[in-house]
Amino acid sequence: MSRLQIPKTYKLYIGGAFPRSESGRSYEVASPAGDFLANASLASRKDGRDAVVAARAAQPKWAGATAYNRGQVLYRIAELLDGRRAQFIEEITASEGVTAAVAGAQVDEAIDTWVWYAGWCDKYQQVAGSGNPVSGPYFNISVPEPTGVVAIVAPQSSSLLGLVQVVAPALVAGNTVVVIADEARPLSAISLGEVLATSDVPGGVVNILTGSPAEITPWLASHADVNALDLTGAGALEWVDLEIAAADTLKRVIRPEPGLPGRSLDRILAFVETKTVWHTKALI
Amino acid sequence: MTNFLDYAPAPESTSILHLKKSYGLFIDGDWVEGRGKPFATINPATEKKITTVASASSDDVDLAVAAARRSYEKTWSTMSGADRGKYLFRIARLVQERARELAVAETLDNGKPIKESRDVDVPLVAAWFFYYAGWADKLDHAGLGAAPQSLGVAAQIIPWNFPLLMLAWKIAPALAAGNTVVLKPAETTPLSALLFAEILQQADLPAGVVNIVTGAGETGAALVRHPDVNKVAFTGSTGVGREIAKAIAGTDKKVTLELGGKAANIVFDDAPIDQAVEGIVNGIFFNQGHVCCAGSRLLVQESIHDEVVDRLKQRLSTLRLGDPLDKNTDIGAINSKEQLERIRALSDIGEAEGADRWTAPCVIPENGFWFAPTIFDNVSTSSTIAREEVFGPVLSVLTFRTPAEAIAKANNTPYGLSAGIWSDKGSKILAVADQLRAGVIWANTFNRFDPASPFGGYKESGYGREGGRHGLAAYLKGATK
Repeated sequence: MSRLQIPKTYKLYIGGAFPRSESGRSYEVASPAGDFLANASLASRKDGRDAVVAARAAQPKWAGATAYNRGQVLYRIAELLDGRRAQFIEEITASEGVTAAVAGAQVDEAIDTWVWYAGWCDKYQQVAGSGNPVSGPYFNISVPEPTGVVAIVAPQSSSLLGLVQVVAPALVAGNTVVVIADEARPLSAISLGEVLATSDVPGGVVNILTGSPAEITPWLASHADVNALDLTGAGALEWVDLEIAAADTLKRVIRPEPGLPGRSLDRILAFVETKTVWHTKALI
Repeated sequence: MTNFLDYAPAPESTSILHLKKSYGLFIDGDWVEGRGKPFATINPATEKKITTVASASSDDVDLAVAAARRSYEKTWSTMSGADRGKYLFRIARLVQERARELAVAETLDNGKPIKESRDVDVPLVAAWFFYYAGWADKLDHAGLGAAPQSLGVAAQIIPWNFPLLMLAWKIAPALAAGNTVVLKPAETTPLSALLFAEILQQADLPAGVVNIVTGAGETGAALVRHPDVNKVAFTGSTGVGREIAKAIAGTDKKVTLELGGKAANIVFDDAPIDQAVEGIVNGIFFNQGHVCCAGSRLLVQESIHDEVVDRLKQRLSTLRLGDPLDKNTDIGAINSKEQLERIRALSDIGEAEGADRWTAPCVIPENGFWFAPTIFDNVSTSSTIAREEVFGPVLSVLTFRTPAEAIAKANNTPYGLSAGIWSDKGSKILAVADQLRAGVIWANTFNRFDPASPFGGYKESGYGREGGRHGLAAYLKGATK
């Protein structure tokens, strides 16, 4: 007699915990062939705000961790994701309708993306910063620092890889993230939350919402405690309105991009602020 | 009664200026008439008219952008970096040669003391062009990838507080990176930009590479919204910055915004008090406080509050307010009637909300726009004058007990442009600097600027940087910020 499986309940990932939507809502997730896969939480605007509160609370400590430490935590994500490779292949195969080989290649690239960004944590500063030869007796240095809380619409065409490609670069500098997953393929996003929860990533550093980007994003775009808005996966939304809403608090904005963003230093630098410090030198 | 502080008048002569009775728009290398209603630019110290300036209509803006596009495609983007650099070096030298004239013009039109336009503004203008001139043939080495590409036509809108210096901050990096420019000076201070156009002619800069259109807000709006503009660079108020960010939403225009500020100037009890007092004065009374990065909130450690405020009042009592052209003047004229009214209104609110107002004893001239250096003590963090940018010679004094409290109060603002820290302890300075959410931090100094040093804000003080390699990247493709 075959053993009856125990299907997973997919919930949100907010503040290091896995709550259901406060709204009590869920939605059906199906395979491309239309087969029922699971019910996912349908996040509300209140869930979005709760996620921002968690992200803000976690931000100073994450930014204050040493760059070496952040690099190790991001590398730890790669280690744990690698350990759960089979599970992600299964989920991606089911939700994207691709072969196990294609899904495997995506998971491998997701893992390698974490490794790539892990290595940037203690290096981008020397690429983006500068010592400045000012005309006067001053020690003058420019260093990049995290922008703060970044709200992200993940690519809507990729369950895992697209999500990793937008979340990882935002974390490098010490930003914290509220990300809305691929609406139709949200399951791997929550499984990634489980990886994050066991990877020494402090609770609240990454918050993952599943549901409708069209419903939640406007509340994040206008939220006064969000510093930056990554609209990479928002191409199908009324994204110009989102950019206009973001302008009210002068958020830094990445406009929508077709396809997947890949790996890029520019994505790290999009969410940093350059701080220039002038310090007097004694005249001896 | 005379005392040792009384000086004989020593005004700089205006005979060095040879101004025209009226100025047109500088488009495609030539002066053309504007189709808007011409307006007068006045000397804020006397309220007398200096000259008449053209106003650019949206059709004129079209012409200017078209000229910039033509020269971008035919001339400037195909010219070698070395040659672009040589033009910028020429401009730097011409600015130095005509420094005295430019300083007088700036002081006449803006109201700032001649010692500031002569010793700060104009030398920095030359330095800015000289610095970016050297980048023009070294873009490959700027760490922005191989052969970084220019953006195209840059629309640049500058404020009235440092008219020529802001022009240099905008034009120098844009041209070095290979872009062409349409620049709109502020309505109340167009004069130095118009003299600069003459310098461009002397430098034989190819026609259309830099176009200067004078006018008010509508001219700027037409420029920002122009569909053939690739880059918008704006320095001014956060309110207008928001409107610009909205106007460019959904386009692929790249944007740099340098907006308002409400900088904290933090004085610890171990600070060198003499220097700190000078730094506080420089921080808020430099350029009549018309400085977006002005140290308008003095956060002083409770134990030294009385001493610092007393010494500050003594020092302010020695400042000379009056004729901006006088070489001994410390505090010049407020730039416009509107600004004076805003400063007065906010100061009255400060008083009404319970802060203790102190005004430096000085004689206010009969004509012109003036506001005596003013300190508000016992200001609460919720007070309007502790939250809103006054953009005038008005200092709010608040106290703190611990570094953590100083940091929390300093960061308690939607702005994040600059901050100051005064302490004899370097390790404390660096620890506090780490925690401040501001783009420029001055330790045991204030209001220092240099073309090699990136400048710009966090949060609602805008985004992007001007100055240094960062300021160059703002005018190149692919480079973020």
